[in-house]
Amino acid sequence: MELILATSIGILFASGIWLILRPRSFQVIIGLLLLSYAVNLFLFITGKIQVNRPAFASEAVSFIEGLYADPLPQALVLTAIVIGFATSALYLVVLLGSRGLTGTDHVDGKELEHDE
Amino acid sequence: MLLLLILLPFVGALIAAFMPAHARNREAWFAALIALSGLLLTFSQYPVIAEGLSLRQEIRWFTAIDLNLVFRLDGLAWLFTALIQGICLLVVVYARYYMSPKDPVPRFFAFLLAFMGAMQGIVLSGNLIQLVMFWELTSLTSFLLIGYWHHRPDARRGARMAFTVTAFGGLCLFIGVLLLGHVAGSYDLDQVRQASTVIQAHPWYLAIVLLVAIGALSKSAQFPFHFWLPHAMAAPTPVSAFLHSATMVKAGIFLLMLLWPVLAGTPEWTWIIGTAGVCTMLVGAFLAIFQHDLKGLLAYSTISHLGLIVCLLGIGTPLAMVAAIFHTLNHAIFKASLFMAVGIIDHESGSRDMRALSGLRHVLPYTATLAIVASAAMAGVPLLNGFLSKEMFFAEALLVGSSSNWWMSAAAVLMGIFGVAYSLRFIQVFFGPVQTVKANPHEPPRWMRFPVEFLVLCCFVVGVLPELSIGPVLHGAAQSVLGQALPAYSLAIWHGVNLPLVMSVLAFVGGISFYFWLSRYCQLHQRDRVPLLHRLNGKAAYETTMLILAASAARLERQLSTRRLQPQLIWMILAGLAASIWLLSAWPTLSVSWPNDTLSLAFALLWLVGCSCAIAAAWQAKFHRLAALILVGGTGIATSVTFLWLSAPDLALTQLMVETVTTVLLLLGLRWLPARIAAKKLDLQASARDRLRRIRDLIIAISAGTALAVISYIILRQPDNATLSRFYLEKAIPEGGGSNVVNLLLVDYRSLDTLGEIAVLSIVALTVYALLRRFRPAIESIKIPPQQRNPLDPAYSQLPSEQAISGYLQIPGVYLRLLLPIILLVVAYFFLRGHNLPGGGFIAGLIFSVGLIIQYMLSGTAWVEARFKLQPHRWLSFGLVLAALTGAMAWYFDHPFLTTHTLHLDLPLLGKLHLPSAMFFDLGIFAVVVGTTMLILIAIAHQAVRSHRIPGIKTETDTAEERH
Repeated sequence: MELILATSIGILFASGIWLILRPRSFQVIIGLLLLSYAVNLFLFITGKIQVNRPAFASEAVSFIEGLYADPLPQALVLTAIVIGFATSALYLVVLLGSRGLTGTDHVDGKELEHDE
Repeated sequence: MLLLLILLPFVGALIAAFMPAHARNREAWFAALIALSGLLLTFSQYPVIAEGLSLRQEIRWFTAIDLNLVFRLDGLAWLFTALIQGICLLVVVYARYYMSPKDPVPRFFAFLLAFMGAMQGIVLSGNLIQLVMFWELTSLTSFLLIGYWHHRPDARRGARMAFTVTAFGGLCLFIGVLLLGHVAGSYDLDQVRQASTVIQAHPWYLAIVLLVAIGALSKSAQFPFHFWLPHAMAAPTPVSAFLHSATMVKAGIFLLMLLWPVLAGTPEWTWIIGTAGVCTMLVGAFLAIFQHDLKGLLAYSTISHLGLIVCLLGIGTPLAMVAAIFHTLNHAIFKASLFMAVGIIDHESGSRDMRALSGLRHVLPYTATLAIVASAAMAGVPLLNGFLSKEMFFAEALLVGSSSNWWMSAAAVLMGIFGVAYSLRFIQVFFGPVQTVKANPHEPPRWMRFPVEFLVLCCFVVGVLPELSIGPVLHGAAQSVLGQALPAYSLAIWHGVNLPLVMSVLAFVGGISFYFWLSRYCQLHQRDRVPLLHRLNGKAAYETTMLILAASAARLERQLSTRRLQPQLIWMILAGLAASIWLLSAWPTLSVSWPNDTLSLAFALLWLVGCSCAIAAAWQAKFHRLAALILVGGTGIATSVTFLWLSAPDLALTQLMVETVTTVLLLLGLRWLPARIAAKKLDLQASARDRLRRIRDLIIAISAGTALAVISYIILRQPDNATLSRFYLEKAIPEGGGSNVVNLLLVDYRSLDTLGEIAVLSIVALTVYALLRRFRPAIESIKIPPQQRNPLDPAYSQLPSEQAISGYLQIPGVYLRLLLPIILLVVAYFFLRGHNLPGGGFIAGLIFSVGLIIQYMLSGTAWVEARFKLQPHRWLSFGLVLAALTGAMAWYFDHPFLTTHTLHLDLPLLGKLHLPSAMFFDLGIFAVVVGTTMLILIAIAHQAVRSHRIPGIKTETDTAEERH
């Protein structure tokens, strides 16, 4: 499972990087979404892989090492997901405004001579 | 008390700024009142000072790094405070008559008071860092005052020059002070002053002296920084009278006196300070003779007199210090009166050019008398105050060096000669035939002349009765600088015939002959260039430096930076890549065992789909946006399932909801993004350059992905290390009162972070809203899309709400409306159980938003908003206020901000209920999340309603209005 997850994070990250290097603004927003998946997963796995051990403390069982997943990365990722939504929205609005104002969807607001 | 002395002018400045523009009298009265009450406060402290004690007030702030607000008032500070406030009071009275009714007076008095406050701050500071802050504040406020007439280019230029030079000095001073405080072990002035031996023995001593000297000398317009002062004369004359006689330029002097016990007494000090003083004193006096502008002459004479004081400080004997303090006071008095007199001349005769004025004594007899007496004080004529301190200076100059070394005495006499010469040059405008620019000049109003009269009277009183009038104050000030080692000195007018007196006589005779020689043989009154020294042009050097700096900054910016996004991103990614490679190579024990993984087939399949979606999205995002969006959604679902699989149900829920909301958001956005036409259709071939670029990007992307994959794998294979989780899990139930640790982390353990986060969410939402208010869609996308314009479609003739009620969407419409209460119930369920099981404010808020959005999507904006007015702004503010109040409630119970408390209630029917205060915090989160999501989505959705309001195109709202 570690291998699958690590490879997948790598693939998501690579796709995201490829996209944010493209010149069209919509490509960049899709790239940002993919990047945020990759980064969130990456943050998440710093708590290691734990199956069927959600971080719910219980009164009956005292703390045992390895019985629960690490809650800290989870909390960090949770806020990261929500903030990610807000920044995507912001980027989307900037993208639309830029397209309306400049008449092009190039990220720099103007077409370069030798561009795709 | 001391704090009040500083706060009073600042508060006054604030009030003065908001007074009506034409109430000249009221504002002047107000400013005068502030200055007067400050002055009275100062005088009320005199009994303490007179006993040789000092006052101290301390407000602790950041004790760990010795950063406290400390105010102290000793003899020296008292003298300066009285001087600042006294001159300010006179200047305010004078300015009332000087300023024209057309000038925006509130601004003037506000700046003036703020400047006075900043000066008080310098004088009363007992902490070095605090002192530098007030120091910078004087630079800033003097910039505003010098540039008061900002419609005039010379005022702007002069203000900028003064600011650049003094702020540069301020920066040096700041560094110097930091070094000083570090060496002394404290920034507290009283402690620094006791650490003199440690500081002087330290290897940094020279650096400290140099940096402090640059700061002080640039402020006091000392050579080679003197050039800003004449250009600052573009300020209104009251400003010049205040800043350039008694305050701004004296700040440097004050600092040197303040640090004199710490830094002085070494050859380095004498050489640096003394040399600068002597150069300034001679250069300034010489240049003053050749000015044609009355204020320019006074500016250079100020430079010269400041040079004299700095020179005295450089000499460094205790008696020289007494002379320096005395001359500071004397110079402030006669120079302020001279500036005001020049202002009167300018005001009445229409010019300050000495070539255009003469014989003014016939039309301005009183002003002429006053100005002549004041300039006699400036020249050092006996029975006036300037004479006494100049005698003391001559006496000290004689002591420098041995009996064979007489260069200092020569310089002093030379300076005296020049001083007499420019004083003669100054009073020459009063003699000869009457010649003015403005017709019918006459004496100014009574109260405009009053400040000058008062100051000239001071010159006289101090000159005749020095011991009685100024003796005790001077004694106190000198004692506070010198400590117990106060030398015996006498302030008498007549010391008998001694060497200083001979030097004075020499200076007078020399000065008078020099002046007449100059006007006879050198065309003094016509020549435009200063002889000998005209190449010494500080202004040109300054402008050249600024030009070079600006040009090189622009060149650097051109070469090192770009406004294009892609190069910036590439460099960022490459830097990250390099960092990760460096990290990997530096990893000490990379013991990664090859997998003995239990390969889960289902998990592998899940990510096969997830990765394929990601790659396909990357491939399709350019021309097939909708497809790319759907594919990204696929990856999002895979991520969400992974969270669920790997014991993070909260994350899975959040991810799923955010996925939904993001997709709706991008769909709404796609509506405004005109289609791209595929290159294949246009029959375009990518150029070789483009191919190369793509290959490069592909290599970068793949290597970045590989790097992250490797790092992830290494992290996953590392043995478990002790993390913080144990603490959180153990304390969850006993102290947090809940078992869902992830939720507890958000609302309890790290609630301050969450408070910040919801603030960010609100800010982003408002930004999106603001950006969309001025939104101009692309022209191609303004029309209703063709899919909705097909007349064959029965929905063509229906509005969205009709489609949902009676059209083809009738059945889904019924379902979704039925679903709304159920969704609300689910929201309540997830919200309430959040403390113990997956759920909480974030998740509930997102579900709530999704429930509303589907209503919007199905029935259209107009239909929903006719029935249900959601006001997202209010949700935002309610949520933020609730969260902050919940946190602040803890203060009421004497706990730190955001401490939570759980209330255990026993209610009838419901049974045992525990009610943590974190729940109200969570409710705040809920409201902010709903507000943010809905504000963003509704703002975008409303564009459809807004943009259709173009003539000829009927919209839903229009039709609805017609029906009413």
